[in-house]
Amino acid sequence: MIRTPLRPLAAVISARDKGEDPDRIMAENLRIRHEDMRDRERIRAESRLLVLALFFLAGFVAVGVRMAMLAASNPQEPRADGYATTISMQRADIIDRNGAILATNLITNSLYAQPPLMIDKETAALHLARIFPDLNAEKLLREFNSNRKFIWLRRKISPEQVQQVHDIGEPGLLFGPREMRLYPNGNLAAHVLGGAGFGREGVHSAEVIGVAGVEHQFDSFLRDPANEGEPLQLSLDLTVQTAMRRVLGGGMKLLAAKGAAAVLMDVKSGEVLALVSLPDFDPNARPRPLTKGDAADSPLFNRAAQGLYELGSTFKIFTAALALDGGFATPDTMVSTRGPLKWGKYTIRDFHDYGRELSLTDVIVKSSNIGSANLALEIGGGRQQAFLDDLGLFSPLPLELAEARHSRPLLPKRWSEISTMTISYGHGLAASPVHLAAAYASLVNGGTSVQPTLLKTGSRPPTGARIVSTETSAALRSMLRQVVQRGTASMAEVPGYQVGGKTGTADKPKPGGGYYKDRVIATFAAIFPAQAPKYVLVVTLDEPVETSGVKPRRTAGWTAVPVAAEIIRRVAPILGMRPAIDPPAAINYTLSDY
Amino acid sequence: MRSVFFALAALAVIGLAWWAYNENYATQAALQRVEKLQRQLGQAREDLGVLRAEWAYLNRPERLRELSDLNFERLQLMPLAPEHFGEVEQVSFPRLEFDELRAPVDVSAETAPPAAEGIQ
Repeated sequence: MIRTPLRPLAAVISARDKGEDPDRIMAENLRIRHEDMRDRERIRAESRLLVLALFFLAGFVAVGVRMAMLAASNPQEPRADGYATTISMQRADIIDRNGAILATNLITNSLYAQPPLMIDKETAALHLARIFPDLNAEKLLREFNSNRKFIWLRRKISPEQVQQVHDIGEPGLLFGPREMRLYPNGNLAAHVLGGAGFGREGVHSAEVIGVAGVEHQFDSFLRDPANEGEPLQLSLDLTVQTAMRRVLGGGMKLLAAKGAAAVLMDVKSGEVLALVSLPDFDPNARPRPLTKGDAADSPLFNRAAQGLYELGSTFKIFTAALALDGGFATPDTMVSTRGPLKWGKYTIRDFHDYGRELSLTDVIVKSSNIGSANLALEIGGGRQQAFLDDLGLFSPLPLELAEARHSRPLLPKRWSEISTMTISYGHGLAASPVHLAAAYASLVNGGTSVQPTLLKTGSRPPTGARIVSTETSAALRSMLRQVVQRGTASMAEVPGYQVGGKTGTADKPKPGGGYYKDRVIATFAAIFPAQAPKYVLVVTLDEPVETSGVKPRRTAGWTAVPVAAEIIRRVAPILGMRPAIDPPAAINYTLSDY
Repeated sequence: MRSVFFALAALAVIGLAWWAYNENYATQAALQRVEKLQRQLGQAREDLGVLRAEWAYLNRPERLRELSDLNFERLQLMPLAPEHFGEVEQVSFPRLEFDELRAPVDVSAETAPPAAEGIQ
């Protein structure tokens, strides 16, 4: 670019000739040049601003368009890092301690009808009634002809039924996928598992929710997608549960009992290996709860964890434990058993008259109510309450079952001296068989508290709080063993397994007050092997009667004890326990025989 | 010089656009493949669930007991009892059949030691 000179020679000379100031020419030229420069600068700045404005406009438009697209489009899952989300993963399995499946899911179909789409309503109704016998063709047709746009017909149908409905060829009958909970073992462990039902329902899927038992208790765990389908492992052992249910069922039938319950618990960890309550139900088709009458008569009622019973003389061992541990007595201390013991309007009697006095061991072995009551009086109600509280007999069961957590043991409203005396032999305080099993486990495992649990504990659990000393625990084990060797539970002897235990026979309370004369709850709390117990077994029979003798016998020694012995005989080998005797030499198994 | 630079820049833009286009389609194809695989996985998992349920159902203790009762003559299975525990001494050693020892023992099919010939 050629610059205009500030002082053009021609102009300067002519100005000089005219006598003007040549500097003014320069000033004028400088002004013009500056104006030019300013104009150029402004145009440049304006264009820059314009470009910048365009950029901003483009940016805002882009953001706006994206926002509008996001707002208008359907939400979509991120595809690349998603888990394979299928309906089958909705609820985790439940397995037993060895990994056998207790509950799993199965994909089935639901059936619904959309009457506006239907062509031949009459034929469809007839065919449906033929496929599903409980549907009524006339009623169906009435519903199809009503104004309804949508009718649920079945929640779960089998693949065969799907095919049959397909074969009707009716476009208004439609299927939706459904996940259903399957309990392959049927009635086995029904009370532990509970059952599941449908929650919120849509056409394409339905929520499966646990309605009772562990299904309800661990509902959020089982449905948590964060677990990635990790199964819930219970402490139950399927094989042991099977054997126990079979033996208990047989015993219940033989003894004409109304109901029965049994619990097998590990004495150290509190793991429940088997829990049976009879009568039971099929969790695949959970019956409806009773709307009238006693809820305890329903098969849904869990007699082992939910049922509260006065467990009778099984409580005497608690009195003995307290007496030994508090230094009130030794196993050989003589206790007065002179009867009948009168206290106000109450009279305490023994089953037989045991004479003037018995040693503490014999009070347990012969099961003397009077001896036990006398001991409890000496110990005092305050200590007794604190001890029973430590054993967990005052609080609801900490077992992982929704229904168990609601049943709080029934205690006397006012703990008078007569309460102290009757509770010392198990009357006036109602607790569940699992309560009893946990308390026995705490006493015989060396004296440390045990929390019953239905979950498999991976490592050895930490030792609980001390309840009684190790020596007391050993003395109690010896007493329990003697009850079987020479006491009320002589039928519990299972060769090789040194069973110890305590019987309890309690009259059933009448609903209106008072007690039945001929209806009892027979309980046997067993430990085996007695020297170093591994398991506690509690068997409770509701209204059993043994009729092989001249007079019907109802005491636990004739009812609950033989059933418990048979359970131990069947279950102990399954648990891998070797009998501590020489096997009979007569049966000489050799491999070469085969 | 300058025009060469412009031409190169334009070529580079075209090249990058081509690459981005290809990557875009490759990504979409991969995503579709992933989706298909995940559908297959889901299906396989569902099938596995059904098989596991069926296995558990067929192996339920009640059915096994009924089967063992039905086949008692052949199987002679009894519930496990304390008497069934035995001592190791009760199990006799299988009688040694020396004739069998004479037969060639094929320790490993491919590298049978030549010494084995000598034993015969």
